Amino acid sequence: MKLAIKLAYRNLIGAGLRTWLNVIVLSFSFVVIIWLKGIMSGWDYQAKTDMTNWEIGGGQYWQENYDPLDPFTLLDSHAPIPAELQPEIDAGGVVPMLIVQGTIFPEGRMQAVNIKGIKPDQKIFKIPTQKLDTATDAIPAVIGAMMARNSRLKIGDLLTLRWRDANSTFDAADIVIVDIFSSNVPAAELSQVYMALDKLQEMMLLPDEATTLTFGESKENRSEISGWTLKTKAMLTKQVDEMIKTKSAGQTILFAILLLLAMLAIFDTQVLSIFRRQKEIGTYIALGYTRGQVVGLFTVEGTMHAVLAAIVSMIYGMPFLLWQAKVGWTMPVDASEFGMAMAQTLYPVYSIGLVASTVIVVTLTTAVVSYLPSRKIAKMNPTEALRGKLQ
Amino acid sequence: MENQSIITIEKLVKRFPMGKDSFTALKNINLKFGTGEFTGLIGPSGSGKTTLLNILGSLDVPTEGTVHVLGKSIGKLSTKEAAQLRKESLGFIFQSYNLLVVHTVFENVEFPLLLLKYSKSVRYKMVMDALEWVGLTEKVHSKPPQLSGGECQRVAIARAMVKKPSLVLADEPTANLDAVNSHHILKTMETLNRELNTTFIFATHDEKVISYLRRKIYLLDGRVDKDEIITPQKSVAQ
Ligand SMILES: Nc1ncnc2c1ncn2[C@@H]1O[C@H](COP(=O)(O)OP(=O)(O)O)[C@@H](O)[C@H]1O
Ligand SMILES: [Mg+2]
Repeated sequence: MKLAIKLAYRNLIGAGLRTWLNVIVLSFSFVVIIWLKGIMSGWDYQAKTDMTNWEIGGGQYWQENYDPLDPFTLLDSHAPIPAELQPEIDAGGVVPMLIVQGTIFPEGRMQAVNIKGIKPDQKIFKIPTQKLDTATDAIPAVIGAMMARNSRLKIGDLLTLRWRDANSTFDAADIVIVDIFSSNVPAAELSQVYMALDKLQEMMLLPDEATTLTFGESKENRSEISGWTLKTKAMLTKQVDEMIKTKSAGQTILFAILLLLAMLAIFDTQVLSIFRRQKEIGTYIALGYTRGQVVGLFTVEGTMHAVLAAIVSMIYGMPFLLWQAKVGWTMPVDASEFGMAMAQTLYPVYSIGLVASTVIVVTLTTAVVSYLPSRKIAKMNPTEALRGKLQ
Repeated sequence: MENQSIITIEKLVKRFPMGKDSFTALKNINLKFGTGEFTGLIGPSGSGKTTLLNILGSLDVPTEGTVHVLGKSIGKLSTKEAAQLRKESLGFIFQSYNLLVVHTVFENVEFPLLLLKYSKSVRYKMVMDALEWVGLTEKVHSKPPQLSGGECQRVAIARAMVKKPSLVLADEPTANLDAVNSHHILKTMETLNRELNTTFIFATHDEKVISYLRRKIYLLDGRVDKDEIITPQKSVAQ
């Protein structure tokens, strides 16, 4: 094997330009595959981190009627906060949120929103809720940047909020935008207005009630509470997994095409070199190789393209990949259009597993593609190979 | 010197399939070769020289009859055993040199020693010795495309001789060489034959080669036509 590697290396380097063309094509596959997969895991990581920070914490209890996809459920998806959680809520480990429907009138237009009551001193979400403690005549409210952009709102804007309380009575009051945050999470921003929990409970005539109870990341193993549905982080981030899976499927086709091109080049090189190097094959046999060993030699030689490609990839690919991880890749389309947690700039995350699996898969594929044409050698007649007279 | 028998050929027949029929390239060959011979298989093109040499080199097998080379029955060997025989005991020299073109002179000559798993320092010494025999120590880092035909064939001789094989088979080694180079390599091989007692068997129809031979086996149409042993004083027909 050591000898085969040595010989294969000499032969490949000796073959010059053709070798390097193959190596460059292969190394390009390496870099593109690792980069795209890195973007995907970076996205996965970013989406889940952003959702954790801005929308779901370490998981949630939902009042059993609550369904975020059906706004009508908000009418009766609230219940008294379970007494057993009170100590944790007081300690800040669980954050209750009351979610109701309302209407705002920015610049005279009418817009349905979710009003979310949240404790100003909570620490689980990165939403700047401490600003909700601001003392003003109007009710202090915080919104996200996507909403601010869509509704053309800015800090200090006053607007009318209308809501219907627990007795189905309409009421209205002025709110003032005291802060705008930016989260990459559309669900936390679009049509969402945050205000102090006790203020909202008072407005709704729902003292001590909540719609969701969010717990921190360190408290993920939770027990069931009757009247509430436990939604673990894994369940809440399932849409991210599905999105990544769909996108990855598309990528797999691209990878397959890239690999196919590289493998065609390798296959072609192998077929050609077996045809052109019959005398050399005969010579190896005359010098004491078995035909099987020559098959091995040619297989190693073909496979070595992948090894060289990995080295070449390291030379130009590593700086590129590291630079990408630092500056990120900014998408040419507006990320908020995606309707899910996606940053405008994605930072690829490369794991050892990702790099290793890519290198292994590409190298094994190259080995198979190098081996297949080499099997022909095993059927060669050495005397005819020496004469170089095979078809 | 030429006492011990190294090759015994009995009733050798070699047929090649040709469509439905077959072509008989060797017809009832019976020969014995002793250690240290400097012998040529002489005959016109198509007379079966290469075919016989290939069988002696365990690159091909007899159709009928038996061929023993160094005590091994060619045709009864597995491919592995045949490769082992070539690796350990046989050296080949070809008309077109068959050097590995991307390898240096040193690497070409080193190749058989790599197969035999000699250590690096031993390999170095053996390769340099072999290059010394053929007078090419200055070209050790050159590659075959930079060498003349004569130099290439000397590299090939060094490669065949480096492991000091018992038997060297040379198929028309001078066919691509001019007279000066032909004589040069023949003298080299003659010296090696004397000094190392290596058996040389040539396939040739080149007069220059024939003039160096100490035994001339004439092949015609796949048969032994004449087998002459030349002694310095007189030539004896068998
Ligand atoms: N593999 C083969 N298949 C068919 N015929 C062959 C094969 N090898 C050699 N021959 C035939 O056998 C005869 C002897 O060939 P060869 O030994 O190469 O002759 P020489 O070396 O004396 O010129 C030739 O007629 C040649 O065409
Ligand atoms: Mg011939």
